[in-house]
Amino acid sequence: MNLVEMRGITKRFGALAANDNVDFVVRPGEIHALLGENGAGKSTLMKILYGLYQPDEGSIVIDGSDEPLRSPADAIARGIGFVSQHFSLVPTFTVAENVLLGYEGRFRLDPAEMNARVAQLAAANGFSIDPAAIVGKLSVGQQQRVEILKALYRDCRVLILDEPTAVLTPRDTQALFEILRKLREQDLAVIIITHKLDEAIENTQRVTVLRLGKVVGSQDTSSTTSAELARLMVGRQTVPVQREAATGSTQRVVLDVNGLSVADKRGVQALRSVTFQVHAGEVVGIAGVAGNGQSELVSILTGMLQPQSGGVSVDGKPVILGDPRACTQHKIGRIPEDRLRGVIGDLSVADNLMMEQLDQFTRVGHLQPAAIAEHAQRLIEDFQIKASPGDPVRTLSGGNIQKVILARTLSQDPAVVIAAQPTRGVDIGATEYVHQKLTEQKARGAAILLVSEDLDEILLLSDRILVIYNGQLVGEFASDAVDLDRLSMLMTGAEKTG
Amino acid sequence: MEFIFTLLGATLRISTPILYGALGEMVVERAGILNLGIEGTMLLSAFGGFVAAQLSGSIYLGLATAIAIGILLSLLMGFLSITLGLNQHVCGLGITLLASGLALFLFRIIYGGESIPPALEESFPQLRLFSGTILEPVFSQYVFTYAAFLFVPLLAWLLYRTSFGLRLRSVGENPEAADTAGISVFRTRYVALIIGGALMGIGGAFLSLAQLGAFTHGIINGRGWVAIAIVIFGNWKPWRVLAGALLFGGLQALQLRLQAEGVQLPYEILLMLPYVLTIVAIAITGRNASYPAALLKPYRREG
Amino acid sequence: MSLGLRLERLPSPLWLRAAIPFIAIAITFLLVSVLVILAGANPLAVAYELLIDPLTKNSARADILVMATPILLTGSAVALAFAGGYYNIGAEGQLLAGAAAAALIGQYVGDLSAWVAIPLMIVGGFIAGALWALIPALLKVRLQVDEVVTTLLMNSVMGYIISALLNGPWRDPVSGWPQSPTIALSAQFPRIIERTRVHLGFLIAAVVVIALWWILTRTRFGLELRAVGKNRDGAQFLGIRVGRTMLTTALISGGIAGLAGVSEVGGIHYYLIGSLSPGFGYTGIIVATLGALTAPGVLLAALFLALVSRGSLTASRELDVPVYLGDVIQAVLLLVMLAVLLLNRYRIRRA
Repeated sequence: MNLVEMRGITKRFGALAANDNVDFVVRPGEIHALLGENGAGKSTLMKILYGLYQPDEGSIVIDGSDEPLRSPADAIARGIGFVSQHFSLVPTFTVAENVLLGYEGRFRLDPAEMNARVAQLAAANGFSIDPAAIVGKLSVGQQQRVEILKALYRDCRVLILDEPTAVLTPRDTQALFEILRKLREQDLAVIIITHKLDEAIENTQRVTVLRLGKVVGSQDTSSTTSAELARLMVGRQTVPVQREAATGSTQRVVLDVNGLSVADKRGVQALRSVTFQVHAGEVVGIAGVAGNGQSELVSILTGMLQPQSGGVSVDGKPVILGDPRACTQHKIGRIPEDRLRGVIGDLSVADNLMMEQLDQFTRVGHLQPAAIAEHAQRLIEDFQIKASPGDPVRTLSGGNIQKVILARTLSQDPAVVIAAQPTRGVDIGATEYVHQKLTEQKARGAAILLVSEDLDEILLLSDRILVIYNGQLVGEFASDAVDLDRLSMLMTGAEKTG
Repeated sequence: MEFIFTLLGATLRISTPILYGALGEMVVERAGILNLGIEGTMLLSAFGGFVAAQLSGSIYLGLATAIAIGILLSLLMGFLSITLGLNQHVCGLGITLLASGLALFLFRIIYGGESIPPALEESFPQLRLFSGTILEPVFSQYVFTYAAFLFVPLLAWLLYRTSFGLRLRSVGENPEAADTAGISVFRTRYVALIIGGALMGIGGAFLSLAQLGAFTHGIINGRGWVAIAIVIFGNWKPWRVLAGALLFGGLQALQLRLQAEGVQLPYEILLMLPYVLTIVAIAITGRNASYPAALLKPYRREG
Repeated sequence: MSLGLRLERLPSPLWLRAAIPFIAIAITFLLVSVLVILAGANPLAVAYELLIDPLTKNSARADILVMATPILLTGSAVALAFAGGYYNIGAEGQLLAGAAAAALIGQYVGDLSAWVAIPLMIVGGFIAGALWALIPALLKVRLQVDEVVTTLLMNSVMGYIISALLNGPWRDPVSGWPQSPTIALSAQFPRIIERTRVHLGFLIAAVVVIALWWILTRTRFGLELRAVGKNRDGAQFLGIRVGRTMLTTALISGGIAGLAGVSEVGGIHYYLIGSLSPGFGYTGIIVATLGALTAPGVLLAALFLALVSRGSLTASRELDVPVYLGDVIQAVLLLVMLAVLLLNRYRIRRA
């Protein structure tokens, strides 16, 4: 008897099919891993099951009933629980208050009785948690337990956890799986969305792998290996090679990153002593699954985050960290991860194009409109930006906003280019354009660090590939010696050594 | 001794309208809305209550009118800031300006240019407890004052001991979490505004229907702003808001008393103190102040 | 989220954007007609008195300039601050600080020529306004304390300080009233239009509005200010010193509000009184919001509100409509304008 049967699910966003005729079955008493790269369609599928999205095609049968799931409330009523990566907790409330919120059951509340109820629920499921504790003061792992308790309190029989271990320490991760095992013993079904293969292998009964919106494998965990799963997930047959070889004096180190460590907002170590060099005329790609420290690395290198330890130098000169102005001084060109943070959307294209060179375009505090306009006109032509100088940047398409950032950055002849997700969310034409521009910079002798979740992009452009996992660089490949199987396993933590 | 008891009595009286305003504002802010319309809301309520009482001859009808006006203006605040999602402080100030203008305009229409308006023939009486004892000056108060003190535990109960209060607070702290728990953020915020508006209305009515038994232009005289200060000073907690209101009332009572005794003293210093204390308190607690986290933020569901 | 921003976000055709103020004014007058009818007057007659009649007479036209003067200044002060993402609700207190400085300086400059005395007052008033804006600004920049409530509370504090001074050490010994002694003749602003009350303050206000326009559109500081106001993270990414920019914005805003006080003391009253401002600081918020946080907008909005204020004087005299009609119209117009802009945006978005 299947608890959840999703059959032939298709969900399109525009022309893109995020889920393409997906079959997904969950049985009671199993922990089921839903595996896939970023953008493989895992989250979409689970949001459909939780009533957040409506499928375009397909049927969902939960416990024999195929009533449609119109909203999360419907899903909750049918026994679906969802623990998202971003907790929906009220930090100033107690554990008990958070668990009961919205489902109090009566008007008058008695804290002692609430605490007792929650403590009993926790105990019945093998948790230890203080129901009177203030949630904001709990560790991330404990907060996650509150989220699970919330789902259990609402009588969930299918518990979905989205990347549950992404934010956890190893010890919390262990504790989490212990809890999940106990839930499974009570015949609940647990679905974990993940891309960490070792976790899936160790802790689950079944796995389903999605790639590009399609199911590419669904089987008992015991009958597979992490190598096989990695191949299924990443699934590339050939390495595209059309790259020009690294040119110029590749021996000269331009960007020298030494021992960067930093903790994220929750105190979890996001980067652990990251060290690497980028030479003149070289593209170094950082490959990795999202959330393994790439964002923090980019933030540090773009002056937006101060590391706990470590240093960065350009052409042998140390860069003051945590100050965006220092980047401009050291000719570090920056293409930020979130392009809307790299521009002021309400200001004009012309203004945005010169914002890093204000000194050049002002005289005694007075802007030089003629020079600014001329500069803008030139860059708009050079970089084929489809806009006029006076247009507010936010009215542009994503690709054109990216071109504005490229134009601003690359026109300053940077010694180093930090390109973070440079083609995320832009169309094919703009993608090719960005790639062409980065290649030009390489030919000019710039040292380029490419951080991307798009493995194809990394493979296409990089002379050298560094693999990041859990805040550490765990492997390095030369472009002509990429072993895709090993790369997949390193990225997904299936193999721990570099 | 008698001096102290008289002072206590005056403190309770002076604290009353501020306490109503502050409790009302506290409820609203706890749901995530800063209602800068309070000053005008109290003024128009005081006015409307007075007019209704005067025309109908019923102070109870006056009180009901004042409450209704408080609620109506709060609903307007809700429409602008919740439904339309407009900038809360601009809307709030707009409502204060609108309500003040309306009160003065209508006053002139109804009572013409007379500088002293007709007073109420019958206003709310004082309720004298402990008559003839030394405590009499403390407990010669309007029923509003006794009621105000009952509202403090009542609101504390409502906020902390009922599912409604839990939901209201969740909406002010993390509306996304409330929404995912199936709570209607909009409806909860509207209800908070209604409760708050009713309390502000009672505060205005106390002045025009009880303490003064008349309406003047300066009847609120910044009490709404004081209430906002006291809510912060009281850390958005009913009992501490009460303490703040009493502190303010006490300082003002002391000031009046000293003036009456002919003590030469810049009394404004005492009046200014609650504001200064509030700003100092904000500066000291800084980010740690327990601001409802969603204060000033309109809620829009993602996607 | 400011109004100006919303207006710009409209992808609507220019004619529609140009029509928005007129639509808002029309709706406002429709709503207010109810009150006018309550007052027993004909709404059309009142509209004529409010909007047309003042423009037909020289004296009334001059009065409009006089009435526009303080709100041009507070409107500019608020527009600058809001454009920079700093919600200065404290123009009222900053105005009083500037007024007090002007009254104090004006009292002691009898021996100096007007060419020295008046600039001293202007500079002193600007500094006083800026200083009064300093505390909330520092709290904001250093401790991330929200400025809305602190600037609001500072208004009341300044009110009491002025009251304490005027009832105490600064009471005018000649009249005995709670007002400061009259400022020296050389400190009294000259009239700039013969046989009217239009004084130097209007010129100052005009210069400030032009300066506002220049700062916002032509200077590096203005660009940085707008960048910070629109996207703080982005501004930081681009190397702008966000805290310093915000602090400077707040201080200049306070200084400009202080000038409104200087203008009222130097050009109208010649002394400081507690009731110097009937809420010019708050009206400044209306002006700035209606003016979409731009200098030309502030100019038009202030003149329009002054027109309505002046018109409501005549309307009250001629048609026996309470003069407070002007206040009501200002507030209704503000709320209607906010709503119209938003509804318009929604309609466009759905289309």
